[in-house]
Amino acid sequence: MTTEENIWKLLEEVPDPEIPVISIVDLGVVRSVTVSNDEVVVEITSTYSGCPATDVFIADIKSKLRENKFEKVEVKMKFSPAWTTDWLTENARVKLREYGIAPPEDEPDKSVLFAKQVVVPCPRCSSKNTKLISQFGSTACKSLYQCNDCHEPFDYFKCLK
Amino acid sequence: MENKDALINYCLRVGDSSLVLGQRLAEWCSNGPILEEDIALTNISLDLFGQSRMLYSYIAELKGNGETEDSVAFGRNERAFYNTLLSERPNGHFGDTIVRGLLVDAFNFHFYTKLKESKDSTLAAFAEKSLKEVTYHLRHSSEWIIRLGDGTEESKNKVQKSLNELWGYSDDLFEMNDDDLNLVSEGVAIDLSSIKPLWQETINTVLSRAKLTLPENVFMHKGSRNAVHSEYLGHLLCEMQYLQKAYPDAKW
Repeated sequence: MTTEENIWKLLEEVPDPEIPVISIVDLGVVRSVTVSNDEVVVEITSTYSGCPATDVFIADIKSKLRENKFEKVEVKMKFSPAWTTDWLTENARVKLREYGIAPPEDEPDKSVLFAKQVVVPCPRCSSKNTKLISQFGSTACKSLYQCNDCHEPFDYFKCLK
Repeated sequence: MENKDALINYCLRVGDSSLVLGQRLAEWCSNGPILEEDIALTNISLDLFGQSRMLYSYIAELKGNGETEDSVAFGRNERAFYNTLLSERPNGHFGDTIVRGLLVDAFNFHFYTKLKESKDSTLAAFAEKSLKEVTYHLRHSSEWIIRLGDGTEESKNKVQKSLNELWGYSDDLFEMNDDDLNLVSEGVAIDLSSIKPLWQETINTVLSRAKLTLPENVFMHKGSRNAVHSEYLGHLLCEMQYLQKAYPDAKW
């Protein structure tokens, strides 16, 4: 295993601070890892520009790598290309659903205004009979839905493209 | 003014407008009319803070004199702030906040759509990211305008009054100075007169669905592009900058 591959493996152990069942690699925020001499540079991007988890990502990456004897670590922010929910891994989608968060659905109606609402299946009972409660949920990346069949409210990891 | 100064000033125009509106929306925290809206308005606030941070970091980098995003945000007085007049308007009632939101969100949507093509790669990347966020903001404000405008008689009257009052600050969004025009000719900045018809069309579409009408012969307030503000900005900054002014360089 190369040093870079080793670092990617370690980063898979760094959880998202707000959704701890998925790692920052699963979330798609780690964009690149480069090692030259003893110096490690990790490029990351933020999900939403104001996401307070971003500062935690940076601190957690540094401490994870330091624990594993990488002394010189630099974490750089990369804004382009902008993060999209397409970068969530398949593993992340499965884990989100198990955790009770509906993963992003492809939204076929791209209209900015008055778009037809996407069907979001309930992560608990799989019913497609659900309704949007609020476009903005417990964190910047989620909306709030409710299932009309099992009546459970749930988070939807909203599609961002 | 040197080219770099013009670019810094342009970033302040955009970044300050986000920061000040973000601060205004944060005032809704724990005061929202319903829990979901409390969360929505403060989520939007957070996006706006994030957007201003990106620009303030860029400004600090351009200056290269040891300034940081925090010193840019907390180290200036009102005559050095270039935010739009709309962004500093008080929240008023929920309808006032939503109308202000619609006017600004529609502007941001068309502005970032164009700014994505800027020849300045940092501004282009910033716009690409911000556009995704403001699209959600625009959906939020436009859906609420319709619910309020096409709602009860009371909600309609209230929100029509909000529109009549806030419309007079809308031309100020499109103000440009000579430096902006130079940046436009270099392909860095956006000619705001080119997005005005698009903005107007979005506003008309939403208002007609909401059964609201635009007021006529309204006096248009301007001046923020030259850092001339209403009395509200000073009060907002006093509160926002209090800690850094009382305890300079305080760290958590």
